[in-house]
Amino acid sequence: MAPDVRTKNDATDQESSRPEARPELSRQISGLDALELGGETRRNPAARAWSAVWPMASAVAIALLAWQVVVWSGWKPSYVLPGPADTLPELGRQVTTGSFWGAVGLTMQRAVLGFAVSVLVGTVVGALVTQSSVLRRAVGSLITGLQTMPSIAWFPLAILLFQLSEQAILFVVVLGAAPSIANGLIAGVDYTPPILLRAGKVMGLRGLNLYRHLVLPASLPSFVAGLKQGWAFAWRSLMAGELLVVISSHTSLGVLLSQAREFSQTDAMISYMIVILVIGIVMDRLFGLVDDAIRTRWGLAGD
Amino acid sequence: MTQAVQAAASRTVPSGAAVRLDGVSKAFGPLLALDDVSLTVGPGEFVCLLGASGCGKSTLLNLVAALDRPSAGTIDTAGRRVALMFQEPALFPWLTVTANIELALKARGVPRAERRGRAAELLALVHLAGFERKRPHQLSGGMRQRVALARALALTIDAEPAGKDRAGTLLLMDEPFGALDAMTRDLLHDEIERIWRERNLSVLFVTHNVREAVRLGDRVVLLSSRPGRVVEEFPVPLDRPRRIDSPEVAALAGTITDRLREEVGRHGA
Ligand SMILES: Nc1ncnc2c1ncn2[C@@H]1O[C@H](COP(=O)(O)OP(=O)(O)OP(=O)(O)O)[C@@H](O)[C@H]1O
Ligand SMILES: [Mg+2]
Repeated sequence: MAPDVRTKNDATDQESSRPEARPELSRQISGLDALELGGETRRNPAARAWSAVWPMASAVAIALLAWQVVVWSGWKPSYVLPGPADTLPELGRQVTTGSFWGAVGLTMQRAVLGFAVSVLVGTVVGALVTQSSVLRRAVGSLITGLQTMPSIAWFPLAILLFQLSEQAILFVVVLGAAPSIANGLIAGVDYTPPILLRAGKVMGLRGLNLYRHLVLPASLPSFVAGLKQGWAFAWRSLMAGELLVVISSHTSLGVLLSQAREFSQTDAMISYMIVILVIGIVMDRLFGLVDDAIRTRWGLAGD
Repeated sequence: MTQAVQAAASRTVPSGAAVRLDGVSKAFGPLLALDDVSLTVGPGEFVCLLGASGCGKSTLLNLVAALDRPSAGTIDTAGRRVALMFQEPALFPWLTVTANIELALKARGVPRAERRGRAAELLALVHLAGFERKRPHQLSGGMRQRVALARALALTIDAEPAGKDRAGTLLLMDEPFGALDAMTRDLLHDEIERIWRERNLSVLFVTHNVREAVRLGDRVVLLSSRPGRVVEEFPVPLDRPRRIDSPEVAALAGTITDRLREEVGRHGA
């Protein structure tokens, strides 16, 4: 409580001194409130790390075991389906080469660019749709339709329009990801709890302030869910694109993957697949962390 | 306290009602929630609204706050600013307790430098000092209600210098103390009464608790069961400060309760 505020306004001064009028009662009530809050439980970090790691580690171990069992069964010769014992060293060798990281870099660069453009397009389209009932009727269901369309179906058109180029890949990635992002935003705005909108109206929040202080924060969880789904679609579209749209001298993960198939280097091929999978999982976890952080902050987390 | 009473008696209030409802009806489709309600809250008056559950009290407050339109009739608040405390806390879950209140202060034009201090005062007033950094979901139901009360009170603050002829805000409260223990509630009755006087507010206060209505109101208005109609108005001729457990309050509350029972019994299922 700043002293300058007090001197300005007598009523303010009375207010702040008033609750002490019945100090013993106030203290009792504060004591009751402190009880209500209870203590927060904290586990030690090692235990927390372990509880996060062991389920994942077990899942990986089970997957490797299943793979090994299939190989042991002799279903396919080992040059067609190598086991983990052959593949993992190959993966280890790959990750020490510069060309591998160059390919990963190019792929990630495309992914990030494609995702960024998707976020921009999705957010703008989503925002426009929430603002206009005409637009909503016109493109609302179209967006959902686009969302369900397999993005690989866009490639023939993309290649006709942009030839075998970066733009062709970008085009399909954006078409794959933007609808999810737009839908996330639209759903978030639509499902802003009416009682909060009423509270905002009573406060006199209007126009830009209403959006800044109420509608946007209220739609954040849904928007982040849209981003997460948008990323998954962007990543899938990008992999499809890199397999179909091979641009010479642009060595990407997709190119490495199809080259490995052409040269029957199955161990390398499976290594690249593992890398693609791991990148997907890591990115999904990142979005998951953001999502969890929001839910915990808002008290939406189920525990 | 005595001084405050005299100050209240001698204060100048602008003429004209704080809010005047004239033949107001509200239908939700086929369901008639309010039927031809006429009701006035004078400037600086504290009016309590009693009625059975579902008789349209919240609906009436929503109409006065212009969150909804009446199906018939007129509502005139003479350009007054209206603050409403909802039946639910309706706090913003993404903001801390103090940020919820500071946002209301910001919306009322309180300069940034003053907001933190004012929010702290309001929280002290509802006995939640020390909970500034918590989020709504970390509080109990009663504590959330008190934050909502602090936020509604923040909306009665005038950023502009108060002139004698300036009309105070019309404060609408929808069962603000429903979830509180008796001890906290009694304390908050004192605070509400004091702020009502200091800020020259006009108050329309919904409650199910007849004694509470008599404790606080200049007048108690009884609504019938659905559709809501004004059945009877009881002036409360008791001197302030009143005590909720005083015999005078109990006596009048008894009379009103009898009338309320009759009303609920007549329409009740
Ligand atoms: N938006 C709405 N749509 C349809 N019916 C509504 C709506 N709002 C309220 N009602 C109905 O209007 C009637 C009055 O509701 P209201 O919430 O005003 O009652 P209340 O007097 O505040 O009750 P309580 O004391 O339980 O809070 C109820 O029958 C309710 O079902
Ligand atoms: Mg109600």
